[in-house]
Amino acid sequence: MIFKAPLLRVVTKIIVPPIILFALYVQFHGDFGPGGGFQAGVIMAAAFILYGLVFGVETARQAITADVTRIVLALGVLLFGGTGIVTMMMGAEFLDYSVLGKTPLAGQHLGILLIEFGVGMTVAGAMVTIFFTFAGHGKDGNIALDQENEGEGND
Amino acid sequence: MLTSDPWLILLVVVPLLAAPVCVLVRNATAAWVIALAVSWSIFAIAIKLLIQVLEQGEVFYRIGGWDAPWGIEYKLDPLGAFVVVIIATIGAVVIPYAKKSVENEIQKERIYLFYTMMLLCISGLLGITVTGDAFNLFVFLEISSLSSYVLISMGQDRRALTAAYRYLIMGTIGATFYIIGVGLMYQMTGSLNIADLSTIMPAVADTRTVLAAMAFLTVGISLKLALFPLHMWLPNAYTFAPSAVTAFLAATATKVSLYVLLRIFFTVFGEVDLFATFPLQPVLIGMALAGMFLASLSAIWQENLKRMMAYSSVAQIGYMVLGVALATEAGLAGGIIHLFNHALVKGTAFLAIGAIIYSTGAVTLRDLRGIGKSMPLLMAAFIVAGLGLIGVPLTAGFVSKWQLVTATLEADMWPLAALILLSSLLAVIYVWRIFEVAYLRDSHLPPVKVIKKLPMSMLIPTWILALASLYFGTHATLTMDIAHTAARQLMGGM
Repeated sequence: MIFKAPLLRVVTKIIVPPIILFALYVQFHGDFGPGGGFQAGVIMAAAFILYGLVFGVETARQAITADVTRIVLALGVLLFGGTGIVTMMMGAEFLDYSVLGKTPLAGQHLGILLIEFGVGMTVAGAMVTIFFTFAGHGKDGNIALDQENEGEGND
Repeated sequence: MLTSDPWLILLVVVPLLAAPVCVLVRNATAAWVIALAVSWSIFAIAIKLLIQVLEQGEVFYRIGGWDAPWGIEYKLDPLGAFVVVIIATIGAVVIPYAKKSVENEIQKERIYLFYTMMLLCISGLLGITVTGDAFNLFVFLEISSLSSYVLISMGQDRRALTAAYRYLIMGTIGATFYIIGVGLMYQMTGSLNIADLSTIMPAVADTRTVLAAMAFLTVGISLKLALFPLHMWLPNAYTFAPSAVTAFLAATATKVSLYVLLRIFFTVFGEVDLFATFPLQPVLIGMALAGMFLASLSAIWQENLKRMMAYSSVAQIGYMVLGVALATEAGLAGGIIHLFNHALVKGTAFLAIGAIIYSTGAVTLRDLRGIGKSMPLLMAAFIVAGLGLIGVPLTAGFVSKWQLVTATLEADMWPLAALILLSSLLAVIYVWRIFEVAYLRDSHLPPVKVIKKLPMSMLIPTWILALASLYFGTHATLTMDIAHTAARQLMGGM
């Protein structure tokens, strides 16, 4: 399903970059204003999902392949947990960011930035994967959903 | 300020971080090696922590350096340490077993996902056990549940997908009820820390909100626990899941839910005389008895070995809940010791069934004629497990049933003791059906053919658990002491 309407295609092309930019803003400004990793991840994923809706899943998959989403997904968790391990190695408790910087304040700042970035990566990776898996209907080779729905009728 | 013990957090963090590493390497063998290393190191940590808890008392950890009740606190007492050891032991035994079994049952390119999910599941179950925070517990409950839905859906049979979906719906309702209960408690107490909750609870215990919370928590956890009328998801999930998954989940997941139930009843509501103010005892005893009898009866009629053992699990959960429902120290000790012994026994049974599936490709009784002659060593282990399910002396099952019967007699409820013995007779029938097919039926006909030779990596783990159940059946002092210590501590609050 690809939209032929030129207006949709042009508008999508124009607004996808600002959406990604806004996601990064929400991500990295999250410690001062509303926002944070989860929201940023969802907004980031929305950019790719919008692109996929208008230009088709195949095209979107060329921009962001299954390998990329999987690696981003895994690295996000590792970044979050890894931050905790680093604070432990520096002699504090798990996820006690105070030791990460010269002052506890700087440490807390850096720590929250790092783990929120981890959250953002994983959320974005997960949202994109979920959308593409369902929209791709088994084309990703993982779940043959169309076979399961046999005989249940189409709507 | 209490000092933090880093081993406690490593118990949860190591498998949690090993899981994404498995995704990154994306190779079946490498993922198995990682899972093996992690599961064995966790086993070592679990044993170390158990010894430490028994000798020096509770172990704590403050996440992020924040003090409880504001921050999340991890806390390990004898009961928690005991459950941690169960999870870690089963994990350490199932992972080496899984290699061959999984190669046989799951597509090659998805095997790394199996180990990823297995590690996440271990991490979630351990997290539930060590956390001292009611909301954090919910998070780990979801981690372990979501990964177990994926694990179940990996079964060969297409019906695995429906089984996993059904479990997903039931499990999600259970988790939602739990979080509604936690939310209502938070509304009344303003706290999520379990120790803190238990000190505030007496002041608000008479309010309707707390009663509603109690009801939601009990039903929610009973769903995850597969307590009798809420067990409908369990038989299919266990039947169609990959064999290694069934063995792991049967020996750990429901046990951890029982642990949560104990925590809610005897720690969160520990200062409240819960069983006196709330008609909990007749309800729990009723459901436990119904489970013991009806699920055992269902087990008798099953042709599929996995399904038979799954129904037997529902019945055994009945025994554990019965012990809990007595609300005496002896009863709790009986429930807790049965938790451990049943994990060993049912673990052995499901590992043996997985080995039978690997070697013969068959799982129904009618296809397994003379399996005792084709696979004598393996079937011997299975029979040990069967005897344990009945509760024959010298097996671990006997120790826990003895304790349960003693507890009912102490509580002056001798009809219950008679019912425990009577329901054990039902176990005799289904175990006898397996024995008859395996050794006696049509002995003049050739026994079932072994298609693939059983690898040692599957036989040895099965026997390790079988021997453990024999060992703890004859040397029960150690486990009984731990169970009594844990029970005393739980009752101490009342």
